Amino acid sequence: MAYSTKVLDHYNNPRNVGSFSQADPNVGTGLVGAPECGDVLKLQILVNPDTGVIEDAKFKTFGCGSAIASSSLATEWLRGKTIDEAMAIKNTQIVEELSLPPVKVHCSVLAEDAIKAAIKNYQDKQPSPKEEAALA
Amino acid sequence: MAVKLPIYMDNNATTRVDPRVIEAMLPYFTEKFGNAASRNHAFGWEAEEAVENAREQIAQLIGATPKEIIFTSGATESNNLALKGVAAMYKKKGNHIITASTEHKAVIDPCKRLERDGYQVTFLPVDRHGRVSADQIAEAITDKTILVSIMAANNEIGTLQPIRDIGRLCKQRGVLFHTDAVQAVGKVPVDVEEMGIDLLSMTAHKIYGPKGQGALYVRRKDPRVRLDPIIDGGGHERGMRSGTLAVPLIVGFGKACELCANEMTAETARLLKLRERLRKGIMDQVGETYINGHPTERLPGNINLSFAYVEGEALMMGVKEVAVSSGSACTSASLEPSYVLRALGVGDELAHSSIRFGLGRFNTEEEVDFVIDHVVQAVNHLRSMSPLYEMAREGVDLKTVQWATH
Repeated sequence: MAYSTKVLDHYNNPRNVGSFSQADPNVGTGLVGAPECGDVLKLQILVNPDTGVIEDAKFKTFGCGSAIASSSLATEWLRGKTIDEAMAIKNTQIVEELSLPPVKVHCSVLAEDAIKAAIKNYQDKQPSPKEEAALA
Repeated sequence: MAVKLPIYMDNNATTRVDPRVIEAMLPYFTEKFGNAASRNHAFGWEAEEAVENAREQIAQLIGATPKEIIFTSGATESNNLALKGVAAMYKKKGNHIITASTEHKAVIDPCKRLERDGYQVTFLPVDRHGRVSADQIAEAITDKTILVSIMAANNEIGTLQPIRDIGRLCKQRGVLFHTDAVQAVGKVPVDVEEMGIDLLSMTAHKIYGPKGQGALYVRRKDPRVRLDPIIDGGGHERGMRSGTLAVPLIVGFGKACELCANEMTAETARLLKLRERLRKGIMDQVGETYINGHPTERLPGNINLSFAYVEGEALMMGVKEVAVSSGSACTSASLEPSYVLRALGVGDELAHSSIRFGLGRFNTEEEVDFVIDHVVQAVNHLRSMSPLYEMAREGVDLKTVQWATH
């Protein structure tokens, strides 16, 4: 099975590899997959608390080339998006962009899961309205 | 010196045909095209003579007599014929077969079919190096056991089985012994008499011969093994396998066996040196790399390594100029990692991280050095983007993490 040029490009020149400190309240971290399944994606977003815009995104991935490409692409797409826009990213868009074959669709599913997990983690870290009121 | 790319280092999958083999085959496609079963003209006699010469060359490599060699289309057919042929012929004697969990699918799947047909099959577990012991087999044998089938060498991890001990035990217990010796024949010494083998599967394309030609050794005395054929027809091959013989392929198979017999000592020494150069070259530069299979009791040209924190298919992409294979699930449609590595108790995460290097007759030292450099680079590249590597470096015990398994 040959890889698409886009998968190869992301594999050879992955965008936004790296990590943010999980202690930063503006960072949301999504860790999905499992080593025994052969894929683990760690995707992180750095959100501007005033605008709610994702200013930066980083990833680290253990997995095949398609999993690496899916997460690399996801970080590119996340940068500059609002949380709501990011929530709307669908795995099928990743499949289409990278021309993933059917056996690699699960890589895109994992990338979507990682985006959602990172957003949830960010939201969980934010004080709830009640807490905010208490602080005020 | 620049190496020619791509490099083929997957010789457990198949091998390039040796030019000397091609040369031997060529006349049998053109002027010597006769049917070996044509008994009444020169074309037939010429073909028959070539087939009988090849039978002799093949028999010699495994210490058999020519009449004990039955030609087949390949080792999958040989395994099917051995297992199903014995099961059908000896079903009055018993219905129990013993094999191992790390056998090739061409043994496992016929055994599973026999199970569906009412036979009992014991799939023995293996130790962490992939070996079964004669003691395990002794314990598994019952008064219903008709056949033991244990491979001589494993195709993925290269582990050699204690065939001689198993053969001796089967003799003592009066049970037939079949071995799938596809990977072992021509690479390590195999002798059906010394090893007490009653049936042996082999194929040409793993030993620098053509694809599409195999053989099954079927013992003719002490005991005389009988088989129910699975292909009926003109009664070729003593009635055990009908069908016109593929004379050019058989000639190539014979020549390939002759070359292996003549060159095995020198070739083994050369391959061992290359394999150790490769293994050391990689392991000295990349930490947390593990050998799958037996450290010493293994095929000279095979080394199977797991690179922690790196997925096998991604690694193969990183060394795309080199043809190797991986036990990673991603290389198959099933999403399951190699059942052989799982049977060793290698964790699934390390099974996903495995690469099989299969060195062969045509690999050079320059190629090995190229592969070392590129594998090391690729592992470092992938570890730099591996969350597992990062977590391990931070002191996280990956076994204690609650993973969201999917």
